[in-house]
Amino acid sequence: MSVPRHFIGRSVPRLEDEVLLKGSGRFAADISFPNQLYMRVVRSSNAHARIISIDSVAACATPGVFAVWTSDDIQDIPPIDFRDPAAEALGPYRQPVLANKTIRYVGEPIAVVFAEDPYLAEDAAELVEFNLEELLPLRSASDQPGEFEEGIGSEPLVLKSAYGDCQAAFDTAYAVIELDLTIGRHSAVPLETRGALATYDPQKDLIELFGAAKVPHRNRNTLMRMLKREVHLHEGHVGGGFGVRGEIYPEDVLVCLAALRFGRPVKWIEDRYEHLMAANQSRGQRHVAKVAVDAEGRVLALDDEFFHDQGAYVRTHGARVPELTMGMLPGPYQIPSFRSEAHFRLTNKTPAATYRAPGRFEGSFVRERLMDAVAEKLGLDRVEVRRRNLVSKEEMPFARPLSTLGTEVVLDSGDYALLLDKAMERFGWTEASSATRRRRMKGESVGIGLGFFVEKTGLGPTDSAHVSVNRSGVVEIITGGASLGQGFETVMAQICAEALGVDYTLISVIHGQTDRIANGIGAHASRATVMTGNAVYAAALNLRTKLLDSAAALMQTKAAMLDIVDGQIISKENAAGPSLSIAVAAGDEGLSAEGAFHVDHMAYPYGIHMAQIRVDQGTGAVTVERYLVAYDVGRAVNPKLVEGQIVGGFAQGLGGTLFEEFLYDDQGQPLSVTFADYLIPTLSEIPEIDILVTEDAPSPLNPLGIKGAGEAGTNAVAAAIASAIDDAIGKPGAVTKIPVTPQRLMALLQD
Amino acid sequence: MEKLDFTLNINGSDYSLSIEPRRTLADVIREDCCLTGTHTGCEHGVCGACTVIIDSEPMRSCLLFAVQAIGKSIRTVEGLADGDDLHPLQKKFTEHHALQCGFCTPGFLMLALSALERDPDISDEALREMLSSNLCRCTGYTNIVRAVRSYRDAGK
Repeated sequence: MSVPRHFIGRSVPRLEDEVLLKGSGRFAADISFPNQLYMRVVRSSNAHARIISIDSVAACATPGVFAVWTSDDIQDIPPIDFRDPAAEALGPYRQPVLANKTIRYVGEPIAVVFAEDPYLAEDAAELVEFNLEELLPLRSASDQPGEFEEGIGSEPLVLKSAYGDCQAAFDTAYAVIELDLTIGRHSAVPLETRGALATYDPQKDLIELFGAAKVPHRNRNTLMRMLKREVHLHEGHVGGGFGVRGEIYPEDVLVCLAALRFGRPVKWIEDRYEHLMAANQSRGQRHVAKVAVDAEGRVLALDDEFFHDQGAYVRTHGARVPELTMGMLPGPYQIPSFRSEAHFRLTNKTPAATYRAPGRFEGSFVRERLMDAVAEKLGLDRVEVRRRNLVSKEEMPFARPLSTLGTEVVLDSGDYALLLDKAMERFGWTEASSATRRRRMKGESVGIGLGFFVEKTGLGPTDSAHVSVNRSGVVEIITGGASLGQGFETVMAQICAEALGVDYTLISVIHGQTDRIANGIGAHASRATVMTGNAVYAAALNLRTKLLDSAAALMQTKAAMLDIVDGQIISKENAAGPSLSIAVAAGDEGLSAEGAFHVDHMAYPYGIHMAQIRVDQGTGAVTVERYLVAYDVGRAVNPKLVEGQIVGGFAQGLGGTLFEEFLYDDQGQPLSVTFADYLIPTLSEIPEIDILVTEDAPSPLNPLGIKGAGEAGTNAVAAAIASAIDDAIGKPGAVTKIPVTPQRLMALLQD
Repeated sequence: MEKLDFTLNINGSDYSLSIEPRRTLADVIREDCCLTGTHTGCEHGVCGACTVIIDSEPMRSCLLFAVQAIGKSIRTVEGLADGDDLHPLQKKFTEHHALQCGFCTPGFLMLALSALERDPDISDEALREMLSSNLCRCTGYTNIVRAVRSYRDAGK
């Protein structure tokens, strides 16, 4: 069977699958080294307390226990640093590796036990005793700020951004609409818990950390700063990331330090109970937002003051989530004047950071609730209000006087109105509108809703890749990318195959190994396919040139006369004539090439979610009857994987919209610490959804026209479902808080 | 703690073990028998990543002690493929893009296989009901359903 010429744009099967299907993957817990110790973390059961003393005598005396550490044992280790430079004001709020004088959330690491066996380590951990003085917890970011510690307030930052003349717009507006909206605290909760395993090689004076993910190179840099040693990180298989996994947490530092000090491998595997109170949580914002509109429903100004519940410490992301919320808030609309103020506040809960579509899931809920409210106030159709405010195709690229992630927001390309037309037709919006109205008249609570959004992907500035072919004809791509299960290897191989002219299944893809390439961006913020993909493309084209030059000399022709098809170098004019394999052209030494991709601005894909839902009037349960995600991805490298990202993202978004919430009681005790309390959707809750992927607006910012696809499915779920619930229960603006649990929906019905 | 000597039969092979009776079946399969394809996602019986087939019933191996499986026939994901040749259900999973990170996949494979062995003509509704007992965080389930349905239909 002949190998096809083109690989980009085809839904080829994944390279990753076979090993995973056989159960021979190498997830963190699957890796072991001889003579390894097991670490167990002793965690706080108080939300806020002063440590008077810690007694670890009994734990130390337990047979099989090698050591017990408290903060006294690691005084030389600084708090966990930010990945990117962050505001100086945030410095004092970084998390110590082990709690020092104060405990700030339930689940905070206070001590660690190292033992010969994980069961023994867990037994001994229960023998560590504390003498604590309880303090009152800070419970909500909406409350007046209190003290983080003596003399240091709980609001380190108030972020502000503005453009245009908001005041004038509100003074002269036809109408002003204000909403008070809350997005609950939920998070990624990947199926594999976290894990870390470190070794130390005294000959090389090198620490190696296994179980790395997301940003191995960036984490190497941070760990080297903290430990003042050479560190290499290795990514194996990763059981889902979604923003949470792969940030540096206390446990990563502790296994490295223990391996160094003990000269033995040290392994730590998180359990689910720990994960639900120790890994980053997310969302958790309250917005007081208002818009000024003219008589036609055009938004003149948007003003949003919001309160971000950061939890107990500022972790590796700094203030990235509220920054993103603010920078992406205007979405696909014109919004001539804008003002936003974010109160970044600490509370005594698990620290918060990014989760799939960080800031955008929240912002889209706020913006689209406002658009629905404008429609209601002016008696206009919900779709029409949105249409009137869209940035037009002719205005692209559209520069907003806003920045996010250190780059100016310049919407690179898009035809928002066209996608709206396509989505309306695909969903059958008009028909669904009449059909649901008829069903409501017969007594059913059924309705439709929509949410429009713009995503941000492909954050630069630069990434590079290395592609080689050896004398056996094996092609290897070395990237500083990362694979979290999204299909990174397959997509990189497809891009390389397209440029080089070889079968993608014959290409091996290296990622997440800091000893194989100097730098890398990892995989986060929908960057990998745009940045690393284009770097691989450049490297593969460079290698192609070298191969053709080498073959031209051997074949006594000009390189321009040659082509590579299925790994064979052939004459363009006489394809059936003499040919040369790339293995021969590579020679005994093999050939390799570098490639880099640089970009100043992000690529902005966009999409629309449309939902039809039914509310059970007796239980308050929401059933999603139909759902469409329409998304313009610029150019899809592998359409099936793009769809997979969208469906999976939708399921997570639906979880956060209807079921998932990290609740805390008045003492700051977490109430959602098992899968019986923290409700991830099962198949019963997830309908089969429709997906419309379009390629109407390729990005002009990269040669392949690619935009990212990782977060589209999640972004506007809360927006669309809230809109549909309002419609179903005939109470416009009813949904002001997510998740819309059955209890909350019953309260809305009875209001 | 005192150890017990016993034998477990996994994928047709006997494993002689000398272990503490408090060890869970999941840990023993993974750590003592070195079959790490069975994953533990919650260790409290909700996620189903640790599902194995014991005497033709799908079981959460995290909720069993290994000693409870003495004398029984245990099947894990490692027993599905025949060398390099994937089991037809595994092939359907890759064909339908029914896995992303692959962590929950062994549990879904064992769950689906046991259900289809018991009832090769299982209805769509019963299939959805059965598959809703395990958690997946990547795929949104749709492609898992498609893969299993297509395997069922191929057997008809």
